[in-house]
Amino acid sequence: MAALQELVNHYNHWIAVFLMVAGLYVVVARGNMVKKLVGLSLFQTSVYLIYLTPGKIIGGTAPILSDEFTVYSNPLPHVLILTAIVVGIATIALGLALVVRINEAFGSIEEDEIFEKDVEA
Amino acid sequence: MIVDNLPALQVIVPLLGAILCVLVRRGWLAWFIALVVSWIVPLIAVALILQVLDGGVISYAMGGWAPPVGIEYRVDLLSAFVLLLISMVGAVMLPYANLSVESEISDGKRAWFYALYLLCMTGMLGISITGDAFNAFVFLEVSSLSTYAMIALGKDRRALLAAYQYLIMGTIGATFYVIAIGILYTMTGTLNMVDMSGRLGDVATVRPLFAALAFLTVGISLKFALFPLHSWLPNAYAYAPTFATAFLASTATKAAVYLILRFFFSVYGVALVFGIHPISEMLIALSLMAMFGASIVAVYQDNIKRMLAYSSVAQIGYITLGFGLANVPGLTGGVVHLANHAVTKGALFLAVGGIVYRMGAAHLDDFKGIGKKMPLTMAGFTIAGLSIIGVPGTAGFISKWYLAIAALEHGWGWLVMLLVLSSLISVIYIGRVVEVAYFREPEGKVMNATEMPLSMLIPAWVMILATIYFGIETSWTAGIASQIATDLLAGVQ
Amino acid sequence: MTSQTLIILALVLPALTVLVIPLFHRQPNLRETITITSSGLLFLTILILLIRVLDGERPSIELIRVVPDLPISFAIEPLGMIFAAVAGTLWIVNSIYSIGYMRGNNEPRQTQFYMCFALAISATMGIAFADNLFTLFLFYEVLTLSTYPLVTHKGNAEAKAGGRKYLIILLGTSTVLLLPAIIWTWFLTGSMTFTIGGIMAGKVDGLTLGLLLALYVFGIGKAAVMPMHGWLPAAMVAPTPVSALLHAVAVVKAGVFTVVKVIVYIFGIDYLADTGAGDWLLYIAGFTILMASVIALRQDNLKRRLAFSTVSQLSYVVLAVAILSPISAIGAAMHIAAHAVSKITLFFAAGSLYTAAHITKISQMRGIGRKMPWTMTAFAIGGISMIGLPPTAGFLGKWFMLQGAMEGGKWVAVGIIIISTILNAGYFLPVIVSAFLRPVDPNASKDKDIVTDHGEAPLGIVIALTLTAAGTIALFLFPGPLYELASAMVDMGTEVTNVAPEPPALPVGGNSHE
Repeated sequence: MAALQELVNHYNHWIAVFLMVAGLYVVVARGNMVKKLVGLSLFQTSVYLIYLTPGKIIGGTAPILSDEFTVYSNPLPHVLILTAIVVGIATIALGLALVVRINEAFGSIEEDEIFEKDVEA
Repeated sequence: MIVDNLPALQVIVPLLGAILCVLVRRGWLAWFIALVVSWIVPLIAVALILQVLDGGVISYAMGGWAPPVGIEYRVDLLSAFVLLLISMVGAVMLPYANLSVESEISDGKRAWFYALYLLCMTGMLGISITGDAFNAFVFLEVSSLSTYAMIALGKDRRALLAAYQYLIMGTIGATFYVIAIGILYTMTGTLNMVDMSGRLGDVATVRPLFAALAFLTVGISLKFALFPLHSWLPNAYAYAPTFATAFLASTATKAAVYLILRFFFSVYGVALVFGIHPISEMLIALSLMAMFGASIVAVYQDNIKRMLAYSSVAQIGYITLGFGLANVPGLTGGVVHLANHAVTKGALFLAVGGIVYRMGAAHLDDFKGIGKKMPLTMAGFTIAGLSIIGVPGTAGFISKWYLAIAALEHGWGWLVMLLVLSSLISVIYIGRVVEVAYFREPEGKVMNATEMPLSMLIPAWVMILATIYFGIETSWTAGIASQIATDLLAGVQ
Repeated sequence: MTSQTLIILALVLPALTVLVIPLFHRQPNLRETITITSSGLLFLTILILLIRVLDGERPSIELIRVVPDLPISFAIEPLGMIFAAVAGTLWIVNSIYSIGYMRGNNEPRQTQFYMCFALAISATMGIAFADNLFTLFLFYEVLTLSTYPLVTHKGNAEAKAGGRKYLIILLGTSTVLLLPAIIWTWFLTGSMTFTIGGIMAGKVDGLTLGLLLALYVFGIGKAAVMPMHGWLPAAMVAPTPVSALLHAVAVVKAGVFTVVKVIVYIFGIDYLADTGAGDWLLYIAGFTILMASVIALRQDNLKRRLAFSTVSQLSYVVLAVAILSPISAIGAAMHIAAHAVSKITLFFAAGSLYTAAHITKISQMRGIGRKMPWTMTAFAIGGISMIGLPPTAGFLGKWFMLQGAMEGGKWVAVGIIIISTILNAGYFLPVIVSAFLRPVDPNASKDKDIVTDHGEAPLGIVIALTLTAAGTIALFLFPGPLYELASAMVDMGTEVTNVAPEPPALPVGGNSHE
C-alpha cells in the first residue's frame, strides 16, 4: 500500500518517464523520418518536465518582490527550460529541413526505401 | 581591458565572425573573415594558457554576475590546453579551406558554410571554457547543430542521410546530458561545476548521482563516438565536405571528450567515479573493442575518408583507454592523445583532401600510382600514417608510450601486447593505401593529377611536420598533459 | 671539431645527401658525385672518430628528451665504433659498385635508389651510435622503412611479394616483440641506457629474465635467428648492391649488433652466465647455423645460397655471445666486421656475374673463372673467408669463438662450429672449383638469358670487388685496431666484476696490439 502511495505521489515523474520512453521508442521503431523527429521532440519534451517538477512549489508564485507573496517557485529551472526549448526548436527545425532535402534528393522519407535506393546508386 | 576579458572574447570573437559571414554573403569574403577570426582565436588561447601557466586558474564572471549564481568561465590548464588545441587546428587548416570548399560547395552556400564553421568553433571553445554545466549543454548544441548542417553540405546526397542520422543520435546524446544535469541540479542545487563538486560530498542519497553519471557518460559518449555508440561517425566523416571532415575529426570529438574528463575528474572525482562501480573496467573493455573492432572494419573500407573515420573511432578508444586506466601516465596518455590524434588525423584528412580536390573522390582506386603524381601529398599521408600506427619518432608513439607505462603500472602486460597488436592492424589499413599509391601504375584520371595547390599543401605539411615535431619535442603536449593528469587525479579545482 | 659534432655529422651527412640528391636527378653524373663525396666525407668523419676512440675517448651527446624518460642520445663505445667503421667504409666501395651496377643494368628510378640508400646509411649510423634502447629502436625502424623501397625496387610482382614479407617480418617482430621488451625493460629497471655490465643485475631474475631475452632475440628480426629469418632470402629480389651493403652489412649487422649490444650492455654477460637464463640461446643459434647451412647447400640460385649463408653466419655472432665468455664476445665483434667484408665481396661477385653474363644460378657458373678472373678470384677469397680458413678475415672470429667455447667448456658450441665449417666448405668450395677448373657448359649458350661473349663486368664493379677482397685479406693480416676495439668492449663489459680477459695470443700479425 505504501508502495502504491509512493507511485501516486510521484505521478508527475512517471508521466515524464513514460513520455521519455515512448519518444525514444518512436525514434527507434519508426522508419518515417518525420515521425522519428516527432519522437525525438517527445523525448526532449519529457526532459523539460523533469526539470520543472522539482522547481515548482505548490501554492508558490513567480518570484516577484511583493509583500503579498511569501512562497515562490524556483525560477532557475524555468529559465533553463526556456533555453532548452529554444535548442529543441532549432534541432527539430534543422531536422525537418534535412528531411525536406532528403525528400528532394531521394524522393522518399521512408528509411528502408532510401537505403534500398542507396544500394542501387 | 582586453586582457581582463580574454575568456569572453575567446567565445565571442568567433560568434561575431559567424554573424559577419552571414551578412557579407560572398564566399571569398566570408572565407577571409573566417581566416582572420581563426588567427585571432589562437592568439587569445595562447595568452590564456600563458596566464594559467603563470598564475593558475582564471575565473571570469560572465556579465559581472559572480559565481556560483552567474555563469562562470573557468580556465584551468586542461581548458587552456583544449582551447589552444582546437583554435590552433582551425588556424592551420583555414588557409586550406578556400580552394577545397570552393571545389565542393556551390557559390551561394559558401558564406553559410564559413558561418557554420565559426559557429561550430564557438560551440567547441565554449564547451572547453565554461564552468557552468548547463551552459556547456548550450554550447554542445551550438557546435552540434552547426556540425549537422556542415555535414549536410557535402556533395554526395548521402551526406544528407549522414547528417540526419547524426542529428538523431546527437540529440539523444545531448538530451541524456540534460537529464543528467537535471538530476545533479536537483540533488545539489547548483549548476556551477566547482560548486557542484563541493556539494556532491554532502548529498545524502548517492543513487541519483550514479543515475546522473550513467546518463552523462552515455550522452557524452554518443557525442564523441565511443564504441559502440559510434555508428553516426563513419558516414558523417565520409560524406561531409573534406575540409569539414578534417576539422571535425581533429576537434569535434575532442571537445566532447573534454566534457567527460571534466565531469569524471573535476565534478565527481576519481573516488566516486571509479571507486564504487566498475566504470574503469567498462571503459577499458569498450576502448579495446573500439581499438580492435573499428580498426578491423577500417581495413575493409575502400572509401578512404570512411576508412580514416573508422580509424578515428579506434583512436578514440586509445583516449578512453587512458581514462579507464585512471592513473597519472594513463590519463597523460589519454590527454596527450587528444592533441596527437588531432594533429595526426588532421594531417591525414588534409592529405586525402588534396586527392579529393584533384580526383573528385577518395576511393582506393583513385590512389593508384598517385605517389608518382602527387609525391608530396602522398609522402605526407605516409608520414601521418606512421603516426597513426605509433611508430617512434611520431606523435602517435608518445601517446602509446604513456598508455603502455600506465598498463604496466597496473601490472597488465597483456594490455601492452594488445596495444601493440592493435597498432599492427593500423599498419594494414594504412599500408594498403600506401601500397596502392606507390606500387600501382597510374591509370585513368590519375594520369592528369598534379600536386595540390600551395595554399592547400602548406597547411597539410604544417600538420604533417607537427606530427613529427610532437613526436620528438613534447614539452607542449606530454609535458602539459602530465601536469593536467596529476592535477585531475589529485582533484585540484 | 669536437667528437660530439662528429657524431652529429656522421648522422647528418648521409641525411643531407638524401635531400640534395633529388635536386640533381637529371644530371646522373653530378648525382653520383654527390653520393661518392658524401660517402668519402662520412668515411673521414668516422676515421677521425675511430682514431679518437682507439685513444680511449668515449664521446657522448644527448640530442633531445622526448619525454622525461626517453632521451634521444648517442654515445660511442667500441662495438658501435666497429659497426660504424665497417658500414661507413663499405658505403664508399658500395657506391662505386652501385654506379657500375645500376648503369650496367639500366635500372629505373636511380635517384630514388640513391636517396633511400643514403637514408639507410644514416639510420645505420644512428643504430651504431645509439646510447639507449629507445634511440636504437628509432633508427632500427627507420632502417627497415628506408630499405623497403630498395627491396621492391624492381617493382614486379616478385619484388612486391618479397618486399611485403620483408616489411611484415621486420616491422612485426620489432613492434610485437622488441618494443614491448624495451618498455618492459624500462619498467623493470627504470633505465634504457646501454651500461657497462648491464642494467638487469639484481632487478630482474628467473623466468622473467629468460623471457625478456627471448623477446629481444626474436624481436630483433634483423638478426635472422630462426624462425625469424624468412625476410632475408625474400629480400634477395633487390638489386645486388642493396643485397650487398644492406643485406650483408648494414641491415643484418644492425640485427646482430643489437643482439650483442643488448646482451653485453643490457643483460650483462656475467649476469646472464651466472643466472643461466641465456643457456637456451646457444642451441637456438646453433640450430640456425646448421639448418641454414643445410638449406644453403640445396640452393641453386646464387643469391639465395648467399642469403642462407648469411643467416647461418649471423647466428655465429649470436652463438658467440651466447657462449657468454669475454673471449667469445670478442669473437662476435670481430666476426661482425669479418663477415661484412667477406659477404659483401661475394655479393659483389654475384652482381658482377649478373651484369656481365646474366648469370643467376650456380649451375651456370661452370668455367666462368676463365672469363672473369677478377670476379671469381674475389669470390674465392670471400668463400674461403666464409669457411673460416686463413689467410682471410673469417678465420679471426672463429678462432676467438672456439677459444671462448673451449675455455668455457661449451662443447656443444665447439661441435656446432666444426660441423658448420664443413658444411660451409661443402657449399662454397665446389662452386669455386667448378668455376675455375671445369670447362664452360656447352649447353649454356642455348639459354637465351645467358650472355656468352662477355668479359669482365664494368670497371666500377671490378674495382669495388677487388677492394673488398683485398680488405678481407688485409683484415686478417692487420687485425690490430679491430682486436683492440673488440677487447675494449669486453674490458668495459666486465669492469664491474674485474675479470679482465687474458689477452689471447693472436695467430698472426697482431702487431699493433703491442
